[in-house]
Amino acid sequence: MAQIRIEKVRKDFGGFTAVRSSSFTVEDGEFFMLLGPSGCGKTTTLRMMAGLDLPTSGQIYIDGEEVGQKRARQRDIAFVFQMFALYPHMSVEGNIAYPLRSQGMPRREIRETVAEVARILGIADILTKPVGGLSGGDRQRVALGRAIVRKPKAFFMDEPLGALDAEFREHMAEELRALHDRMGATTVYVTHDQLEAMQMGDKIVVMNHGEVEQFGVPQDIYDWPATMFVAGFIGSPPMNFLSYEGTAPPGTTEVALGHSRFGIPELREGCSGELALGVRPEHVRLDDASDYRARVVAVEYLGTTQIVTLRTGHGDIKARVLGDTLVREGETTGLSLDARTLTLFDRKSGRALRSAASERVLAHG
Amino acid sequence: MSAFSVTNVSPGQKWIAGILVAGYALITILPLVWIVATGFKSSADSIAYPPTLLFEPTLEGYVNLFTTQTRQSPEVLAANPPQTWYDGIVHERGLVIAGPSRFGERFMNSVIIGFGSTFLSVFLGTLAAYAFSRFKVPLKDDLLFFVLSTRMMPPIAVAIPVFLMFRSLGLNDTHAGMILLYTAVNLSLAVWLLKGFIDEIPLEYEEAALIDGYTRLQAFYKVVLPQAATGIASTAIFCLIFAWNEYAFAVLLTSGTAQTAPPFIPTIIGVGGQDWPAVAAGATIFLLPVMVFTILLRKHLLRGITFGAVRK
Repeated sequence: MAQIRIEKVRKDFGGFTAVRSSSFTVEDGEFFMLLGPSGCGKTTTLRMMAGLDLPTSGQIYIDGEEVGQKRARQRDIAFVFQMFALYPHMSVEGNIAYPLRSQGMPRREIRETVAEVARILGIADILTKPVGGLSGGDRQRVALGRAIVRKPKAFFMDEPLGALDAEFREHMAEELRALHDRMGATTVYVTHDQLEAMQMGDKIVVMNHGEVEQFGVPQDIYDWPATMFVAGFIGSPPMNFLSYEGTAPPGTTEVALGHSRFGIPELREGCSGELALGVRPEHVRLDDASDYRARVVAVEYLGTTQIVTLRTGHGDIKARVLGDTLVREGETTGLSLDARTLTLFDRKSGRALRSAASERVLAHG
Repeated sequence: MSAFSVTNVSPGQKWIAGILVAGYALITILPLVWIVATGFKSSADSIAYPPTLLFEPTLEGYVNLFTTQTRQSPEVLAANPPQTWYDGIVHERGLVIAGPSRFGERFMNSVIIGFGSTFLSVFLGTLAAYAFSRFKVPLKDDLLFFVLSTRMMPPIAVAIPVFLMFRSLGLNDTHAGMILLYTAVNLSLAVWLLKGFIDEIPLEYEEAALIDGYTRLQAFYKVVLPQAATGIASTAIFCLIFAWNEYAFAVLLTSGTAQTAPPFIPTIIGVGGQDWPAVAAGATIFLLPVMVFTILLRKHLLRGITFGAVRK
């Protein structure tokens, strides 16, 4: 198992830049998520780590060794493809044994190793079957088997649950995480599903337009997004933005929206011009005592909670309130925001302004 | 069931479809039946008018096809009683067998040239198609068009330049020359067909093999080739059918050592009158290899013709 370090990696395809200057570190044994919308460069980044694409510039270190320009087979890693890419002309056993055969392992040893892997994954009973007729879950397990059988330095997975049914995906996600915890293998996992990333990852890198937007543990990224993109991409519904124009010098602890004032964590850096106050839906409270008024335009009932869409003087926002709160469309209510959780963004650059609460998370990024 | 179901047809529709298919099959198979039947007729039956449908089968045509005969006086015939059944057949007509005819040789030429050029076309075609499918080749589209453009006129249109070229290269009437020529003609078809098949094979399979510790060449023959088997088989059939049946170039460029069966069979007519049964026998035997080859690869052929129509 190994640490993986990416330094200023860039990839151009002709005139198109898929990844520009990505840097991050995957620690030994981590379950690491590469998260972003489609076309953000996350798959290209993963393929460069695996050696399926070679970076235009930059370095990739696996276990301290620079492998940026080395071929996939020289990197001792395993890859799980979205469509599994099981060899269709071989049986389950043949598929799992295939990486071992390339190493010239003796036949008997291969059979024992494959049997061991099949036992771990619970597919010992289908070893002799052709892969053609397998269910999605079994295909997934065979693909995992082919990856773990060689005991590589790291596992790379490109949306491995993307081809599965929604209900089965949940189950496989748990299975995958359990397998990781058991093997302790460094795993890099690409997904566009922020829930999957939050649920499974030890650490997340959020990418957009070929750049790393933020890199950290799920809770830090959720609570203290570094950019408006991250704030809007993570969370369902995503973070709300109350847009306004004003000045916020360092040391500011309060912002004014219209005639109302909201407390915020003390700013460590200042900005003036177009600003946005970011607040998560669960930190918006319907509070008749507040003088900041909003009209209810929609209510989505979800059981324990409900999502209330509110029209304010600074844009529509969504609030997550308890399911038994009585809210009717069309009525006007007061809003209060949880001061400890707010983030102020510079709308021009999209960056979050560092505050007393977020500087721990945003200092390095 | 809806009235316009695609998969469930009414019995009436089934009957109509059945009659149409049977009628079409009858029309296409009739010439074949005629040729095979003529091969077993006697000379007299073969030119009878109206044609005889019921006749006494004889192997006369086949014996004539494979042997050369000389006429002998009754004394000689009486002194040399027939040793074998085919001796007997020619004896009755006052002839004795002088030796084997050249049909066997010509047939073997067809086999060598047909299968040789098919193998070469498919082998080169697969490599070229893989390269076109997987790699960034400069001017790829232009090259592919150029490859296809060699098929845009009938090959025979370039017969004279080819003839002159072959003469100065010493390739006239050689097996190598004919194999090269048929390969050249077939290659464009092979490249295009196979490129289609290889395009259909997801890149991930090879990438999986590359990560599993194999080289690109190993990934090609261990992972890509087995999956392209269908395409390779159907391409091989198309190439073989062309090379096997080709007549014009064979007439022009071969006369002796490398002559194939198609230009040879008509020459049988000239030997001792119009020997239609021998011609028909030659045609029947000539049909067999392609028929066997096609039947063996039939499953692939069917999938090959409809490939790409339905996404897996």
